[in-house]
Amino acid sequence: MMDYSKILNRQIQGVAPSAIRKFFDLLEDMPDAISLGVGEPDFPTPWHIRDAGIYSLEKGFTRYSPNAGFSELRRQISSYMMRRFSLKYDPMGEILVTVGGSEGLDLALRCILEPGDEVIIPTPSFVCYGPLVSMSHGVPVLVETKVEDEFRLTPEQLKAAITDKTRALILPYPCNPTGGIMEKQDLEAIAQVLQGTDIMVISDEIYAELTYGVHHTSIANIPGMWERTLLVNGFSKAFSMTGWRMGFLCGPRELIGQIIKLHQYGIMSAPTTSQYAAIEAMKNGDADIEAMKAEYDARRQFLLQGFRDLGMECFEPKGAFYMFPSIKTSGLSSEEFCEQFLLKEHVACIPGTGFGPGGEGFIRCCYATSMKELGIALEKLEHFLKHR
Amino acid sequence: MNNLLRLLESDCTLSKKQLGAMVGASPERVEEMIRDLEKKNIILGYKAVVDWDATDRNDVTALIEVKVEPQRDTGFDRIAERIYQYEEVEACYLMSGSFDMTVIISGRSLKEVSNFVSLKLSTIEGVKSTATHFILKKYKDNHLIFKKQEKQEEGFVFV
Repeated sequence: MMDYSKILNRQIQGVAPSAIRKFFDLLEDMPDAISLGVGEPDFPTPWHIRDAGIYSLEKGFTRYSPNAGFSELRRQISSYMMRRFSLKYDPMGEILVTVGGSEGLDLALRCILEPGDEVIIPTPSFVCYGPLVSMSHGVPVLVETKVEDEFRLTPEQLKAAITDKTRALILPYPCNPTGGIMEKQDLEAIAQVLQGTDIMVISDEIYAELTYGVHHTSIANIPGMWERTLLVNGFSKAFSMTGWRMGFLCGPRELIGQIIKLHQYGIMSAPTTSQYAAIEAMKNGDADIEAMKAEYDARRQFLLQGFRDLGMECFEPKGAFYMFPSIKTSGLSSEEFCEQFLLKEHVACIPGTGFGPGGEGFIRCCYATSMKELGIALEKLEHFLKHR
Repeated sequence: MNNLLRLLESDCTLSKKQLGAMVGASPERVEEMIRDLEKKNIILGYKAVVDWDATDRNDVTALIEVKVEPQRDTGFDRIAERIYQYEEVEACYLMSGSFDMTVIISGRSLKEVSNFVSLKLSTIEGVKSTATHFILKKYKDNHLIFKKQEKQEEGFVFV
């Protein structure tokens, strides 16, 4: 019998499997359950975008794309980044089309990390950052953000976390799971700490289009920060294109030029059909973003009011499509709360603890689901809180 | 106001709270607005969209093109009234183009519909001719697709 633990890479074995999985397993046996669990838009990809993908297949466009992605797509991304976020990236050398935002994150980390390098990660945040850092032989340094700061990373927290081994800071805003955002003045304060250092920012801006009442500012918009930022974005959340696996990475050509080696040897190129659909999204999709955003915003306000009417504390999330209400008054831990809520009322939420330090006492509720279901979920929550 | 109407038109089962969040008004204000719209006859009613083909009911629906002779003083309206007063008439529109009115009716059988056309509709004074088209299959109505949409396999994915 082979002892696979001897041949498996230790870093990979050291990464814990997802603690959230058991909720999904429970969910599988509850076909009637309402899921506020999966962070994915409930809208199908707009038809004109799907149609562009189908049309490319009809034309027989099924070969590899260039490693960096089709030049037309890179040009469109460049124009999109200028149009929507006032950011300038040269389509020839400063943009790489990736397989979802996730690949962009992985590439960015692998490109800059040496064994033992530290990466500062604000938490609660998306689950992939820590494991990706570890698998690149780096050391995740988790910084717990606070509800009283609306889950922003403060310059004081950043300063305290920096050592001479710090190689990068991951900025996950708008934030999954908290819905927190960093505004211009917050980013300026972070920039002040970083300027004059060799610390890179890996800015995960996959939810950049989904901010409510405030326009998204990227750290790359702050003077002096463009050259030290690798910006990760993609089509999944803004255009409801999760399954197409389309993302992009923007940054200085000295970095993108190296990163492309990882991409070309590991991935080759992003899916051709998806790239044709993505071109259509960039060209004619701005109105789709606005329509979906308006819908999310209404749900956001409905759910926020609903939580508050039930006496739950919840800070107003201004980004992404998540609410992160406090369940501390229930006397239950996040996990107990989610498990009991699921078993008794058949509504799935995710315990805040799944997103790292700072998550205890909170649950993540994704409101990318219909108004109707959100209404039922709130009724069930009320019943749960009363009859627990 | 139009925003509220658009929302109600797409789903009239939304609660006042939900509608309020969507139009940026309190639930009480939404209630008031709806009552006002009903009073003004802007909201005429609330109905479910039913796929009768999925049930054991075998009704047939026909779309009838009607040519009429407009009457002095009352134009088409008087004839339209004589047509739409029949219980069987689901919809009645004045049209531009090569005929004047569209009348949609449902009946229990082909015979019932043809009886309506030949005995009732055609005999109305001012109706010059009719052309009856039976609807064979409904694919989409009121923005709703009749075919049950297939769902993609769901498995564990944590995002």
